[in-house]
Amino acid sequence: MANDNSPTHLINSSTGDWEMVIGMEVHAQVTSQAKLFSGASTEFGGEPNAHVSLVDAAMPGMLPVINEECVAQAVRTGLGLNARINLRSVFDRKNYFYPDLPQGYQISQFTQPIVGEGEVLLDMEDDEEVRVGIERLHLEQDAGKSLHDQDPKSSYVDLNRSGVALMEIVSKPDIRSSAQAQAYVSKLRSILRYLGTCDGNMEEGSLRADVNVSVRRPGADLGTRCEIKNVNSIRFIGQAIEYEARRQIEIIEDGGEIEQETRLFDPRTGETRSMRTKEEAHDYRYFPDPDLLPLEFTQAYVDDLAGHLPELPDQKKARFMKEWSLQHYDAEVLVAEKERADYFEKMVGLGADPGAAVNWVLNQHLGRVNKEGIDFEDAPVSAEANTSILKMTADGTISGKIAKDLYDLVWETGDDPAKLVEERGLKQVTDTGEIEKVVDEVIAANPKQVEQVKSKPQTLGWFVGQVMQKTGGKANPQMVNQLLREKLDVGEG
Amino acid sequence: MEIDDATVRKIARLARIKVDDAEAKTLKGELTGILDWVEQLDEVETDGVEPMTCVTEMEMHMRTDKVTDGGYPEEIVRNAPQHAGTFFVVPKVVE
Repeated sequence: MANDNSPTHLINSSTGDWEMVIGMEVHAQVTSQAKLFSGASTEFGGEPNAHVSLVDAAMPGMLPVINEECVAQAVRTGLGLNARINLRSVFDRKNYFYPDLPQGYQISQFTQPIVGEGEVLLDMEDDEEVRVGIERLHLEQDAGKSLHDQDPKSSYVDLNRSGVALMEIVSKPDIRSSAQAQAYVSKLRSILRYLGTCDGNMEEGSLRADVNVSVRRPGADLGTRCEIKNVNSIRFIGQAIEYEARRQIEIIEDGGEIEQETRLFDPRTGETRSMRTKEEAHDYRYFPDPDLLPLEFTQAYVDDLAGHLPELPDQKKARFMKEWSLQHYDAEVLVAEKERADYFEKMVGLGADPGAAVNWVLNQHLGRVNKEGIDFEDAPVSAEANTSILKMTADGTISGKIAKDLYDLVWETGDDPAKLVEERGLKQVTDTGEIEKVVDEVIAANPKQVEQVKSKPQTLGWFVGQVMQKTGGKANPQMVNQLLREKLDVGEG
Repeated sequence: MEIDDATVRKIARLARIKVDDAEAKTLKGELTGILDWVEQLDEVETDGVEPMTCVTEMEMHMRTDKVTDGGYPEEIVRNAPQHAGTFFVVPKVVE
């Protein structure tokens, strides 16, 4: 099992070290047109109860008929998780009572899920590699939605989500820190989005996580766990785990015991609180659904789906590292989003230097995209424009400083970078005479600094800055440096 | 198999069905009777026989992924005891 070696991520406390043990259950909405067992639409939103068939409303006599695409999507996901695909699986009824579950049971898979054990690889920022085992993946129905704030005495129920296909992906308790938990969900989301089996939209609830947290002394037996339900952002997952682990440690250190329970994370306070649900409510009385035959398919069917899978993040990362010698972590960040990886690959295809392109995309471009808070694909600077900027920098047409200004100009105007350079006179000055003139001016105007640089050669940088400022960043920095050294009689750095 | 009072109460509560004492007594007898009747199956030797959940030798029929249903919210809520617009309205349930 992964992570069984010496514990690495410990929480230090006055009474000694503690280790977190975390397992996750992720609910991922299957990308499909129609629901798991009915022909109603899966579209998000819509008029209340508009995307509902008589099957989803559990009208008497209605029978479920499984959507073949949902089955294929679950198999593709299983393959993407390097997991065992079960050629025969069984649907069970999970019985519980709630107004947004009109059947009185959820059709799920209990003892025989469609996908068995698999594995997800995480590359952490410190180059640590973490393997998280997958316990299982099963198909099940989503429930409807209850609204409690429309009326003081009643709840409103909308069944539009009722019957939409979900994949519940259960990890083994292999996760040892909140950062790993966040990396796990990010990686899972990335794999699902590459596969096209779930859109990964956490805001709309297409991807939500239940987090099981317990603590123990390093090497000791597993502690009692608490389950934090429905955490719907990667940031909140980190916060919820940190809070919950500390809460449990405090209780144990004060001589108390952890009670196994379900808790909710409150994003406003950053705390988790007990749901106070009676344990009896968890008596689900599973039994095989008599309305559905076992789900069976052939190995040939699985092989055919496997043969049509897209390149997945890990494969893409390996290829990027091999073809273009990218650093491990850079490659990981680049491939995390398919749009990002495609963008980079397009730039390289257009002739950008791969090393320069990866830095530019991850720092300059992604930096601006994140700052503006927009989606990557909505950024106004195209791969073509960025390639053009990098090429002009590489061949000395513009300086590195101007490249950044030019990028911002392209972002704001949407104009062609080469045209902007021409129109706005951004070309790098490489004419020695022209640069020399400015260098002489700067030296003449600053006798005090000239005196100082003789004993402190490191202050040469100040002169470079002055010359660059006077030339609007257009002077070639190497030439400026060279000229200043000669004129001020400062040796090579 | 004898069903006791506590089990009747528990099943009723899980199903959110209100059962008074007299009904519970009747149900206890009826449920015990049903289980006893089904228990006759224990006489059959089933070692090494796979559980069967369906009597027909069929493969599961599947539907293609097309939207063929829905779009009639008024029909969906028509029989509801209470509705507001096209929402179902139920007694307040807050966790």
